[in-house]
Amino acid sequence: MITDIITIMWKEARELFLQRSGLRGGWMGMLIMIAVFGVLFPLQSGVEWLSAPTTVLLWAWLPFILVNSVVADSFAGERERHTLETLLASRLSDRAILSGKLCSAIAYGWGITLIGLVGSLVTINIAHGAGEFLFFPPVIGLAILLLSFLIAWLAAGLGVIVSLRATSVRQAQQTLSLGFLFLFLPLLALPLLPEGLRVSVTNALSGLDIQMTGIILAAFLLVFDVALLLAATRRFVRARLILNQ
Amino acid sequence: MEPYAIKTHGLSRDFGSVRALDNLSIEVSTGSVFGFLGPNGAGKTTTIRLLLGLLEPSSGNSEVLGFDTQSQADEIRYRSGALLEHNGLYERLNAVNNLEFYGRVWRIPANDRQTRIRELLTNLDLWERRKEPVANWSRGMKQKLAMARALLHRPALLFLDEPTAGLDPSAAARLRDDLESLVEQEGVTVFLNTHNLAEAERLCQQIGIIRGGKLVANGAPNELRARAGNPQLEITGKGFSPEAIQELRSRPEVLSAELHNNKLTLQLREAVESAPLVSWLVGSGAQIEEVIKAQSSLEDVFLSLVNEDEQYLEGGS
Repeated sequence: MITDIITIMWKEARELFLQRSGLRGGWMGMLIMIAVFGVLFPLQSGVEWLSAPTTVLLWAWLPFILVNSVVADSFAGERERHTLETLLASRLSDRAILSGKLCSAIAYGWGITLIGLVGSLVTINIAHGAGEFLFFPPVIGLAILLLSFLIAWLAAGLGVIVSLRATSVRQAQQTLSLGFLFLFLPLLALPLLPEGLRVSVTNALSGLDIQMTGIILAAFLLVFDVALLLAATRRFVRARLILNQ
Repeated sequence: MEPYAIKTHGLSRDFGSVRALDNLSIEVSTGSVFGFLGPNGAGKTTTIRLLLGLLEPSSGNSEVLGFDTQSQADEIRYRSGALLEHNGLYERLNAVNNLEFYGRVWRIPANDRQTRIRELLTNLDLWERRKEPVANWSRGMKQKLAMARALLHRPALLFLDEPTAGLDPSAAARLRDDLESLVEQEGVTVFLNTHNLAEAERLCQQIGIIRGGKLVANGAPNELRARAGNPQLEITGKGFSPEAIQELRSRPEVLSAELHNNKLTLQLREAVESAPLVSWLVGSGAQIEEVIKAQSSLEDVFLSLVNEDEQYLEGGS
């Protein structure tokens, strides 16, 4: 099964990096994100970049965007390009195909996040190191790694479920964009709240125990991710995929 | 080895109120090429999907390579190759990457994989263009590549769903040549969906004709031809007297005799020798220029069966 998952990932990577052109994915998207998160932001923020709790949020947000940019294509793209039925007629098991698609999206989103993370460390050390090696505080570093992985998984799970149902890549992208908007609605709505309410919410958030909040968030994400995986597994029915073509 | 690569019994599939496949019972001998003939929408693609275990039947059952299509579909797909309605190629990838991917899917060891890819691409005259993205290729080349992909893992059974559909006549002929030689080399059983009668006539040892989801005929091409109509003799010449024609009509082996523009057409009751009839005609004063023994083509068979079925349906409705 692992070999089959790697085979699917091999194909997805070939399609994404070697043959796809344009800004939608592949090298260009990857390079832009690495430049912004690995060079531009760290240079603007200085050494604070390594220790500020907001950094965790930024790194956790990054894989969500990256995965979203490619995952719509996972099944809807195969359906649109008429390659899905041949794939389903192969010896690959349902689990292998589904896990391969999920892992490809996660590997893309989380992989670029990790490259950006390393890039940001290099940038900070070159700009502000002064002979001393600067690194994330352990709790922050761990939180970034864990949360970014769980969020990549979340985006991949949601994306694959949407892509399994969508008739075209465009439809999958539109649905995912709506979902993206819905997830970030609370952040967008915050400035629109009445002054008093906004201050109370901000105070409540500031007073949170960061470490405990991170643990609760990670636990919540893990449960949600597993639920998404199970939902995707249930939704992956060869007959339904064939007939929805 | 199983004597039959495919066995179906009362296989049916409904889509809502529409019966796409109705009580299909066939047996396809191992090592043969089975042609499944029918017009568009006859149920050919549904049959392949059922045999590959991609769809579940509404009723009936089937075995492919000795495995049940409902409970052992993985085993069937492991041992089969398929070129389905769409070629299923990844157009952003080049030919080698397309085959490399499916070679990995079928877990062909790396060295064997490279050798096999080279062998198939060379046999199909695609080796020189192996590094170009498939999107730039002609439809005929893509179909050839898709056929190479289907044969890559040396399957025991090959499903081909209208492989020459949409190709120009010369590309279709080349693909048929390639298919014929590959099938011979690989010794594979082939289930060929087609509505191209010449293709079926040339490639298939056994033919099933399907219409409206129902199997209306099944057998070797010669058997089907024999079933379609009586043998016919076309005699071109001069001096066919009305008396001689009347005399011919009274002979037991002759069903009918019609003269049009110096061409005498005789419908015979069975495959009889033509020489005694011709020599009798010469004796009656006729001058014979040409004698043609006409045999029903598969097209005649197909059209007669389809028309019969239409008349039956019209009569029943």
